[in-house]
Order: sequence, then C-alpha cells, then structure tokens
Amino acid sequence: MSEVLVLVDHVDGAVKKPTYELLTIAKRLGEPSAVFIGAAAQGAEVAEKVKAYGAEKVYVVDDASIKGYLVAPKAEALQQLAQQVSPAAILITSGAEGKEVAARLAIKLESGLITDAVDVADDATTTQSVFAGNYTVQAKVTKGTPIITVKPNSAAPQEAPGAGVVEEFGATVSEGAKTAQIVASQPRQATGRPELTEAAIVVSGGRGVGSEESFAVIEALADSLGAAVGASRAAVDAGWRPHSYQIGQTGKTVSPQLYMANGISGAIQHRAGMQTSKTIVAVNKDEEAPIFELVDFGVVGDLHTVLPALTEQVTQRK
Amino acid sequence: MNILVLVKHVPDATADRHFESDGTVDRVGVDGLLSELDEYAVEQALQLTEKREGEEHTVTALTVGPEKAVDAVRKALQMGVDQGVHVSDEAIAGSDAVATSLVLAKAVEKLNADRAVDIVVCGLASTDGSMGVVPAMLAERLGWPQVTLASVVETQGDQVRIKRDGDTATEVIGATLPLVLSVTDQSGEARYPSFKGIMAAKKKPLETLTLADLGVEAGEVGLGAAWTEVVDTTARPPRSAGEIVKDENGSGATALAEFLAAKKFI
Ligand SMILES: Cc1cc2nc3c(=O)[nH]c(=O)nc-3n(C[C@H](O)[C@H](O)[C@H](O)COP(=O)(O)OP(=O)(O)OC[C@H]3O[C@@H](n4cnc5c(N)ncnc54)[C@H](O)[C@@H]3O)c2cc1C
Ligand SMILES: Cc1cc2nc3c(=O)[nH]c(=O)nc-3n(C[C@H](O)[C@H](O)[C@H](O)COP(=O)(O)OP(=O)(O)OC[C@H]3O[C@@H](n4cnc5c(N)ncnc54)[C@H](O)[C@@H]3O)c2cc1C
Repeated sequence: MSEVLVLVDHVDGAVKKPTYELLTIAKRLGEPSAVFIGAAAQGAEVAEKVKAYGAEKVYVVDDASIKGYLVAPKAEALQQLAQQVSPAAILITSGAEGKEVAARLAIKLESGLITDAVDVADDATTTQSVFAGNYTVQAKVTKGTPIITVKPNSAAPQEAPGAGVVEEFGATVSEGAKTAQIVASQPRQATGRPELTEAAIVVSGGRGVGSEESFAVIEALADSLGAAVGASRAAVDAGWRPHSYQIGQTGKTVSPQLYMANGISGAIQHRAGMQTSKTIVAVNKDEEAPIFELVDFGVVGDLHTVLPALTEQVTQRK
Repeated sequence: MNILVLVKHVPDATADRHFESDGTVDRVGVDGLLSELDEYAVEQALQLTEKREGEEHTVTALTVGPEKAVDAVRKALQMGVDQGVHVSDEAIAGSDAVATSLVLAKAVEKLNADRAVDIVVCGLASTDGSMGVVPAMLAERLGWPQVTLASVVETQGDQVRIKRDGDTATEVIGATLPLVLSVTDQSGEARYPSFKGIMAAKKKPLETLTLADLGVEAGEVGLGAAWTEVVDTTARPPRSAGEIVKDENGSGATALAEFLAAKKFI
C-alpha cells in the first residue's frame, strides 16, 4: 500500500486535533505517514501522539532553518519528501498557512490541488461545500499526486494504533525560499476555551450584543456549555472582539455540532462561515432576520434577557 | 513604483450563483462584479503610491477572464488605477487554480519585461472559488517573496513590512522588492469611485492580451488541461424550517434549554 502524507498541524509541538482527523482520512487512501516539521527534539513525543491514530511512519523535519520564514521552505521540504516516497496523496489542514503550503507544493510537484474539502472518499474523490454552503461539489485530482487541504471537523478522529516509526528527514532549504522573513511574532493569548475551528459548540455574538462589555453574556453562555466564542464582522469591526474571533467569508469557517448565533442577522458572508454546522440555533429580536431561515431552533427575543436565563438553566442541569 | 493589482471578476454573491452542466461556474447568466475582496487590493495599491509622494508611480489592474471580466478592470480604473490589462482567450475557460496562476505569472512576466514591476497586489481570496492560493502560486512561479494576508502594509525604499493576524500569532513579515503581496479586508475600507474618477476612467489605457501574446499554449490551460476535475455539483437542499418561538417572560430560554437538552447538548 502506498503512503499517504499528512502534514502535522501543531503549535510548538502541541499537535492539533485536525491532524488526527487527517490521519483517519489517510487510512482510507493508504498507509498514513505523519510529517512533523518542527523541533527535532519534539519528534518522539509527537510520534507517540500520532501513532495512536494510525501513523505507520513519522517523518521528522527539523525546522531550525525553516521556522523564521513564511511557507516556502515548508513546501520545499514536502516536495523533497514526496519525491522520495511517491505518496498516494498529501493531506494538509485547510488553514491560511496550510493552503499556501499546498499551493506551492502543487506547482512544484506538478499536481492538482483541491482546497477546503469537507470529506474525502477512499478513491480520493473530495467533497467541497461552496458558494456559502449553497452547493456541494465532488471533485478529483487528475494529475500528479493529489494534494488536498481538508477543513477541521471533516472526520471523527479514530484511534487505530500504527507503528509510528520515526525517521529523520533532512530537507535542503534553498536561499530563494528564505526571502519572506518573520520579523516579529506575538503569540495569541490563550483564552482557555476550545479553539474556534475545532470546537463542538460555538456561541457567537453580533452587532446585537451592543458593546464590548456585553460580550460577557455570550462568554458566560459559552463557558456553561464548554464552547468556543465567535463573532460576526460587525462585532469585530466595532472592536468588541479581535479579528481571530470572526466567523465568515473573511474570518474562520466553523462546522461544529452546535452553532448559536446571537444578535447576528445572517448575512451571506457570515453564512459562508457557519452554514455547514450540524445544528443551528439563533436568538434575535427581529423575527424577520434572515438567520431564522437557517435555524433548527430560534428564539425571537432580546439576547440580554434570553441568554443569561439560558446560562442559568444550563448550569442547573449540569 | 510600478504596481500591478490583480482583480478577479466574479458572479455576484447575493445573486443565484450556480454551475453549468460541465461543472464550471455560470459566468454569463449571473451578474458579475469586481470581487469585493480585490477592492481592498486596489485600495492598498493606491495607498502605497500615495504614501510615497514625489516618486513616479504607475498602478496597473490585471484580470484574467471572459469578455465581461473587463468590468473588474474598469471598476479599478474608476477607483484611481492608471491603466488596465485584460487577458482574455476562449481557451482559458474552465481553468483550475494551477492554470490560472500560470496565465497570471506569464502576464506579470510580460509586463515586467516591458517595465520592472515592484509589487503584485492580490486580494485575500476570490469570492467565488475562494481558495486563497493564487498569490502563493504566483510567488512560487515568479520566484519572488510572498508576503500574504496583510492587514497593514508599509514600505521604505525597497523594503516591505506587513502586519498580519495569523492563525496562532500576530506577525510582522519583512521582504525585499519585487514581491507578491496579498491584503485582507482588515487593511482599510476601499474608496468609492468619484464622479470625476468614473469620467476619467473612460480615457485610461486598457489593453487586451491573448494567450499567444503571453506565449502560453492553448493546451496548457482550460477545462481540458485542468489537473482537477469536478465530478458532480448539487444544490444543497434548503435547511428545513426549524421551530421559532417568541420569548415571553422567560419562556424563550426555557424552550431553548429544552431543545438543547433533547439534542443532548446539555
Ligand atoms: C467582502 C465582505 C466580507 C465580509 N466578511 C464577513 C465575515 O467574514 N463575517 C461576517 O460576519 N460578516 C462579514 N461581512 C459583513 C456582512 O455583510 C454583515 O455586514 C455582517 O455579518 C453583519 O453582522 P451582524 O449580523 O452582527 O450585524 P447586523 O447585520 O447589524 O445584525 C445585527 C442583528 O442583531 C439583532 N439584534 C439587535 N439587538 C438585539 C438584541 N438586543 N437581542 C437580539 N438581537 C438583537 C438585529 O435584529 C440584527 O438582526 C463581510 C462583508 C463584505 C462586504
Ligand atoms: C466553487 C469553486 C471551487 C473551486 N475549487 C477548485 C479546486 O479545488 N482546485 C482548483 O484548482 N480550482 C478550483 N476552482 C477553480 C479556481 O477557483 C479558479 O481556477 C480560480 O481562477 C483560481 O482560484 P480562486 O478564484 O479561488 O483564487 P484565489 O486564490 O482565492 O484568489 C486570490 C487572489 O488572486 C487574484 N486572482 C485570482 N484569480 C484571478 C484572475 N482570474 N484574474 C486576476 N486576478 C486573480 C485576486 O487578486 C484574488 O483576490 C474552483 C472554483 C470554484 C468556483
């Protein structure tokens, strides 16, 4: 069986959940191999984690000469590895960086690229949700090594022990790939809440929340449910929450089990980021708000009274 | 500075977008416009020149697309761009991202040969395909640095610095001209064309190029040459209408709590 390369999605060696989802998908296509581009010293630790989800091999690419630059060196490393192992497919998480790595890799390997897949079948046919979720597209790569970026929450990670054999891979990074330099980097503060794109429940607030202080109402509900907190662009533009909270066309795409839109009207650009959520709930004081066209359950009312009461009931039922 | 701004013509997101039977997007039957996210690219291109007073600048808008795509360039001209280039060729129809980036790269190379280009400014993503990959592909093909997803752009001499909100950190990225830049909708509101701008646009140079002009073979692009194939497209069934209740004296919260409990969320 051919290897399927999965680029490990991690922050400083802490493996993120979408990696396990990709390994689960990789098993359908061949033999999963994880590729960890990071500090070589963390290789063994990462291998322990990914082997539980089926990684037969774990390629460790030390990032000492890679990490200070934008995506080009990562694409070079993957290219060299792909040329050595001739994988059946390459799977990468669909984030901004993952997509750019994939883009460069597609040109280097003369291979077709599919982005933002929400499912991948055993024959590598992908499913994409497009046009703000109004269409479902089935597509296939027809040339080269299929390079597919997959959105978080596209598969339930399945534990299935693999051999997890660690192999150091020495990539040669060209000077030409080191031309966009990361001059400064300020890690985002941890909120203690689940990550937006990975969370099972997302509670969002929009312009209807009314102020930065009032976002506490949204956060209290989110915390009672163990949920992540999101925001519409209107709430972000008003400065109530940073851009990293934004859900929609120019923010994050989420596909949780439960999405709760509070004080959000449901503009097409917002829908683009949440329409594939399994269950959708809205609280809005305007019964004509378009968000109600999407919901499984909606409450016409003032979020400032409905949400605190709901939070109390959720807490009581625990 | 000599700046190129890449503008895509897309079907209106608020209209009824759909696919043709061959899996390509209907770009004729649905009203099109300049991809909204490329307005931010035009705005930043203009601001970059405005911030460097006293130098000579040219801003050129470039699009690849069918006949109607020229409207995207026209809008950019109305906003204040100096000149436009429209690459149009029947053979391009149905191109995937890899092929589109090839045509764009060849066009950049041709313009660069005529007069050295300093910056190619792109949007964050198109509003139809919305892959967000063309800037990286272009940088790869040109062998130029990519500084992407900028919310703030500054230049000094031949140095460019951008700020961006990455997935896990806020970063400052630096690179030397020439380079490929992409900007987000956090980079600042795009200007509206003024009446004067609309009138002036009519007299601005607008060139049309074909694949032959760029030295690209018809067989390298288009639906037949795509490295990806759309197997099927299906309109998503509208979500069946859910239950909507009016909140009266706390009834809303209770009903919602019951719904969430029934669905095992609490
Ligand atoms: C190129 C482009 C990209 C964009 N990208 C995004 C994106 O990524 N994400 C995004 O969200 N938007 C995006 N937008 C903006 C989008 O078009 C909308 O403007 C935005 O989603 C509106 O946010 P909102 O629903 O919070 O505000 P509004 O549309 O103003 O809606 C506020 C809602 O709150 C309700 N409300 C008010 N007070 C209360 C109360 N006390 N209790 C309950 N309900 C109340 C109102 O009835 C109303 O329905 C984009 C726009 C463009 C042009
Ligand atoms: C719903 C849908 C899904 C698709 N999925 C895939 C897929 O999985 N794989 C694939 O290879 N192709 C796919 N395509 C085709 C692909 O979108 C087009 O080939 C497109 O030309 C390039 O991708 P993009 O529009 O997503 O550009 P993006 O990468 O999102 O565009 C970023 C920026 O590049 C510039 N730009 C992009 N195109 C042009 C242009 N024609 N003229 C001028 N500037 C431009 C703009 O500045 C734009 O803001 C898909 C198309 C659609 C409509």
